[in-house]
Amino acid sequence: MVAFERLAADARAAWDDPSFSVVRAWKEAAPGRKAVGYFPVYVPLELFHAHGVLPVGVFGGGAGIEIDHANSLVQSFVCSVCRSSLELGLTGRLDVLDAMVFSNICDVARNLSGIFHRNFPRLPVLYLHYPQNPGSSAALAFYRAELARLEGALEALSGRASSEEGLRRSIRLHNERRGLVASLYRLRRERPEAMDTSELYGLLRAGLVLPAEEHLALLRGALEAASARSRRPRDTVRVVLEGSFCEQPPLELLEILEQTGCHVVDDDLLLHERWFDSPVDEDGDPRTALARAYLDRAVVSSVRYHGARRRGEALVEKVRRHGADGVVFCTAKFCEPALLDYARTKEALDRERIPHLAIEFEEKMGVFESVRTQLETFVESILFFAEGADTLRA
Amino acid sequence: MGETYQHQGLGRNLQKQLLGAWYERIARAPETGTKLAYTFVPGNVAELLRVFGFELVFPEINALQSGIKKTSDRLISIAEDCGYSSDVCGYVKTDVGMVVSGGCGPVGLPLPKPDLLLCSFTGCTTFIKWFEALAELHGVPLVMLDVPYIREGESIGPADRAYVVRQLEELIPVCETVTGVRFDPDRLREIVKLSAEAEDLWVDILLSARRRPSPLDAYFEAVFFMAPIYALRGLPECVDYYRFARLEIEERLAHGLGPGPEERLRVVFVGPPPWPHFRAFWELFKKWGVVSVASSYSKVGGFWDEGFRHDPGHPLESIADYCMLCYTNQHLGMRADLLRRYVRRFEADAVVIHSVKSCRSFSMGQADLREAFIKEDGLPTLLVESDLVDPRYFQEAQLRNRIDAFFESLEHRRIVGAAAGPA
Ligand code: SF4
Ligand code: SF4
Repeated sequence: MVAFERLAADARAAWDDPSFSVVRAWKEAAPGRKAVGYFPVYVPLELFHAHGVLPVGVFGGGAGIEIDHANSLVQSFVCSVCRSSLELGLTGRLDVLDAMVFSNICDVARNLSGIFHRNFPRLPVLYLHYPQNPGSSAALAFYRAELARLEGALEALSGRASSEEGLRRSIRLHNERRGLVASLYRLRRERPEAMDTSELYGLLRAGLVLPAEEHLALLRGALEAASARSRRPRDTVRVVLEGSFCEQPPLELLEILEQTGCHVVDDDLLLHERWFDSPVDEDGDPRTALARAYLDRAVVSSVRYHGARRRGEALVEKVRRHGADGVVFCTAKFCEPALLDYARTKEALDRERIPHLAIEFEEKMGVFESVRTQLETFVESILFFAEGADTLRA
Repeated sequence: MGETYQHQGLGRNLQKQLLGAWYERIARAPETGTKLAYTFVPGNVAELLRVFGFELVFPEINALQSGIKKTSDRLISIAEDCGYSSDVCGYVKTDVGMVVSGGCGPVGLPLPKPDLLLCSFTGCTTFIKWFEALAELHGVPLVMLDVPYIREGESIGPADRAYVVRQLEELIPVCETVTGVRFDPDRLREIVKLSAEAEDLWVDILLSARRRPSPLDAYFEAVFFMAPIYALRGLPECVDYYRFARLEIEERLAHGLGPGPEERLRVVFVGPPPWPHFRAFWELFKKWGVVSVASSYSKVGGFWDEGFRHDPGHPLESIADYCMLCYTNQHLGMRADLLRRYVRRFEADAVVIHSVKSCRSFSMGQADLREAFIKEDGLPTLLVESDLVDPRYFQEAQLRNRIDAFFESLEHRRIVGAAAGPA
């Protein structure tokens, strides 16, 4: 068995690299290979896989790149993931991609697709409109047409059509991957000493650049190694992390969460590998199965309309389900979907007397001291003073 | 202008009267038994709703009226106390502030709660969050109308249209249940026809700006002239309004009148105005003899000057197309091309972008547009920043400096260019 630390380090080396070396190496390994980038939050990864195309998550440049060019094209009041993703393109780091996919998660991302289109004439921009009226009888046909449009583009790029059986195989593979991710999440929830949140995050994030099969092997190994890990449990409070579904918080921030005694029992980081709350159907028409899963079984997130289900209620339910003591809202600065949802869901938490803390981050934030102090105070208040929290465990 | 002319001021005054009467009808709806449908301006489906006798309420118009009346800052801080960030859309906060502070509307009359909350996803994702908040605050279910974005390099596809039309058909029984009125396709056709008539007249007014001098400021005046086509479209008084407004414009044309004393520079204006400082903002341009000859914001709800008309022959299909064609539902490349067309058709000298901090639906991409216009088209383009209802972001001195510097150099270039003569 490979040691967990070794696997975690491999994962980090794969994703924490703004030059996308893993993707370059994959493409060079055989002629004609194509890689297609996607902006958060979700894309139907199965379709890429079935066409032999490598899907590559372009989720910003993090703290690792300087922003020199993007600032003149994107105003100051826009989130950093847009700015740094554009910078990746303007500095040639996305030349490894053969196309780029955007979707209707927010107005900023929609318009970023247009900025990409103008600035990178050689990079085809594909745009997906995920149905926001899942209750309409026409949503299925519409979304199937969207998927067909994406498939058409992938086929044209790769020169490879997908068969029904091939697509079913891809669905099975991705179900397996989602299953492993769910097991890793369960393990962290039940035995925080098995794995830090920042480690789990790294394992998932490697899936943005690795081929699905390789990622699956990594996750499988990590699950085994983490289960066997024995570290001393710490005194912690159980928190749900909410609001980081698109722009990624700095790794340091996730580490501080742990250092200050927050045991993250669930989060909305990197949702694309956990997008459905149950497996996609493996029998029947695979395209319909993918579309139905999106409409009926997608997890609650700020970038999707969920019918009459109130966001606050969904969050309270999540807190209860995982026996959490509180919620840490961790929102990207200027991220409108996260900030608007915060205002609504916070009220629901207040009604239920569930403690919560709001912190804001940017990719290139340099100083974490005030966040650390806020978190320490939050944890202490739950541990010692939270008469109101009925899930108190201290 | 007043004394010697017959029709000057008509557009402004009549607009005020019509909107006043509209707000009265809304306030009295609980007494009169009128049902209220709350919905959004861009790509609104007024025609279909009117078949059922709904009076329409547009939270955006309430927010902008609060901006004009300078009550938005108080409402925004009420919403911020409820947890809304200083970085999110000011319209949402103004409206939420209005609701949680007791439901008094912008003109001092009560705003009764909605009977139907129709959230059209027409060009702005914030719409969904906004109406989710209203659904909770009013305890009224939200009805969704999903509208696909028009993608780079494409126009409306058949699958897009079929999707929107089907949702409109699904909306019909919902409206029947809420109002108790049965759907009548003939009535829909009549209403659609009234819309098309008003649209023809409105386009005449907009296109008049091609003349020199332009009889109208197609931004600072058009944003008032446009109100009836959004709030009252489909009603006979809307058609009447544009008939009268056109008289005013025709009179200006006949006498060579413009919106100001002289027209020195013609610009295409992009973005919504800073409502709480509307006059002060206009003054910054008037001083340079700047006249807007076309603007994107006056078309925020629909693009009739580009040929679209509601069509009594295909009412639902044309309503669906109207939804999809609104400005912010078009990808950036289409927006850029439209503005370029405006520059050519209206013989503009420059483009002015008012970039609104809290409205990313409009503003994200505007810096890129500016760069494209300057570098690809050699088109002088000015970008200034503030907000549409949040007065905290209106820095007058800073704006003046930028605006003065831009027009000074533009004038200078013109003088130098004229002196050099044609090559
Ligand atoms: S971080 Fe928020 S605002 Fe920025 S692209 Fe993502 S969802 Fe949109
Ligand atoms: S973000 Fe802009 S378009 Fe959207 S609701 Fe706010 S003001 Fe309107």
